[in-house]
Amino acid sequence: MLTWIAGFILLIVKLGIVLGCMLFLAAYLVWAERKLLARLQVRYGPNRAGKFGLLQPIADSIKMITKEDIVPEAADRIIFLVAPAVVATTALLMFAVVPFGSSLKIWGREIPLVISDLNVGLLYVFALSSLGVYGVALGGWASNSKFALLGGIRGAAQMISYELSLGLSLIPIVMLAQSFSLVDIVQAQANYPFIFVQPISFAIFFISAVAESKRIPFDLPEAENELGAGFHMEYSGMRFGLFFIGEYVHIQVLGALAAVFFLGGWRGPWLPPPVWLLLKIILVALVMIWIRGTLPRLRYDQLMELGWKVLVPAALINIVITGAFILI
Amino acid sequence: MNTDKNESPMTQILADLKALAIGFATTFKHLFQKPFTEEYPEYKRPLPARSRARIILTRDPDGGERCVACYLCSAVCPVSCISMQSAEQADGRRYAPWFRINFGRCIYCGLCEEACPTAAIQLTPDFEMCKQDILALVYEKEDLLVDHGGKDKQYNFYQYAGVVTDVGEKGTHIKEEKPVNIRSNLP
Repeated sequence: MLTWIAGFILLIVKLGIVLGCMLFLAAYLVWAERKLLARLQVRYGPNRAGKFGLLQPIADSIKMITKEDIVPEAADRIIFLVAPAVVATTALLMFAVVPFGSSLKIWGREIPLVISDLNVGLLYVFALSSLGVYGVALGGWASNSKFALLGGIRGAAQMISYELSLGLSLIPIVMLAQSFSLVDIVQAQANYPFIFVQPISFAIFFISAVAESKRIPFDLPEAENELGAGFHMEYSGMRFGLFFIGEYVHIQVLGALAAVFFLGGWRGPWLPPPVWLLLKIILVALVMIWIRGTLPRLRYDQLMELGWKVLVPAALINIVITGAFILI
Repeated sequence: MNTDKNESPMTQILADLKALAIGFATTFKHLFQKPFTEEYPEYKRPLPARSRARIILTRDPDGGERCVACYLCSAVCPVSCISMQSAEQADGRRYAPWFRINFGRCIYCGLCEEACPTAAIQLTPDFEMCKQDILALVYEKEDLLVDHGGKDKQYNFYQYAGVVTDVGEKGTHIKEEKPVNIRSNLP
């Protein structure tokens, strides 16, 4: 009984720390994105709130919270209210299976540095990232606005096509690690990170991940200059903030997944494991921001063509080749 | 991706990759460039003399008010933010006893300046005039009057107007002929 209670308290503490870190990182990722994107475009970016605009996330969140939460009269009220939470929750829950260290020994007790070592962790990640689409599609539908609906439809179509190549790109990893558990996948990269043996897989995963996070060049559900703001057009205040948090948490999670599957997870010399994971997440996020600062948006048919005609076949061929190598 | 049939897919892919690399290199180079941004409250860009912001009522070189309360600015104003009352001085000069511009409504289009026959109403480059209280944006004549000639310093309407005032008798105005005696120059 006592060990059960201790375990429960530990879990709560771990959850609290991870959640706090993720939300904090999400807030400062917004700052980093605005700052870096500005420099890529030869501007300064936020520099008024505090030194280097470092207080900007706080100012933003105060603004979001104190703003009026408008629900359009014609909107489907309940779905409209729930949709942003779906996006944010699924993004946050995905991090539950990401290991951020091997294990810690406190008071003779072994604490695994992962919230939950699911043996089907990879499937859990995909299940949640597919569920996240519901937030986008339902949010767009419930707003009862043509732009939001178009954004939602695009979001759903895009997610379905890129979910496929995202999943297929990871099959070789599962074949190499012989496990669906993210902890085991990191263990399997003890000698070398998988990016060296699976560069094509990494490229497909990364492109699909950018598409998953609905970012330029795949930001069709939002597409500022054709749909206003796309699926979150009718949202205001903290509900819009939730979509925003969801997006940036999603970037972190995809960064963490890229790190776990291809960059060796928390492994790295000298620094403690969680710091390595953090560095890898930030690296992936910075590359995503760089991509956003460089590439224009794809047209809808180009997006579909890239997904179905290039990424999916490439991923399938990659699986066959990897399988052949493993058999030999 | 352009679909040029003559090129082999491999050269096509290489060309695409090269184009991507050039794009990424360009944005990467921008990272180390000094931003072009002019940071506003610290650095105020010198504005051209003809930029359109706060409206003033100017005076002629002798210090008299130029405004003759003709209502042309008020009539041309697309948002009807100018109002005034006309009256006449003892020497026959017209003037506005009160003159009011509601800057809460003004769109700074400059049509009033174009309409003004006496160059009295002019727009200045000073745009930093926002207020918390919207009623504080209603400027009265005292707020609008300045003691200089604005853009056209030497112009004095009554030296050209041909109207008898303190500025000039009949025939003394610029480009005005002496008055003829209509009885003596009969054929």
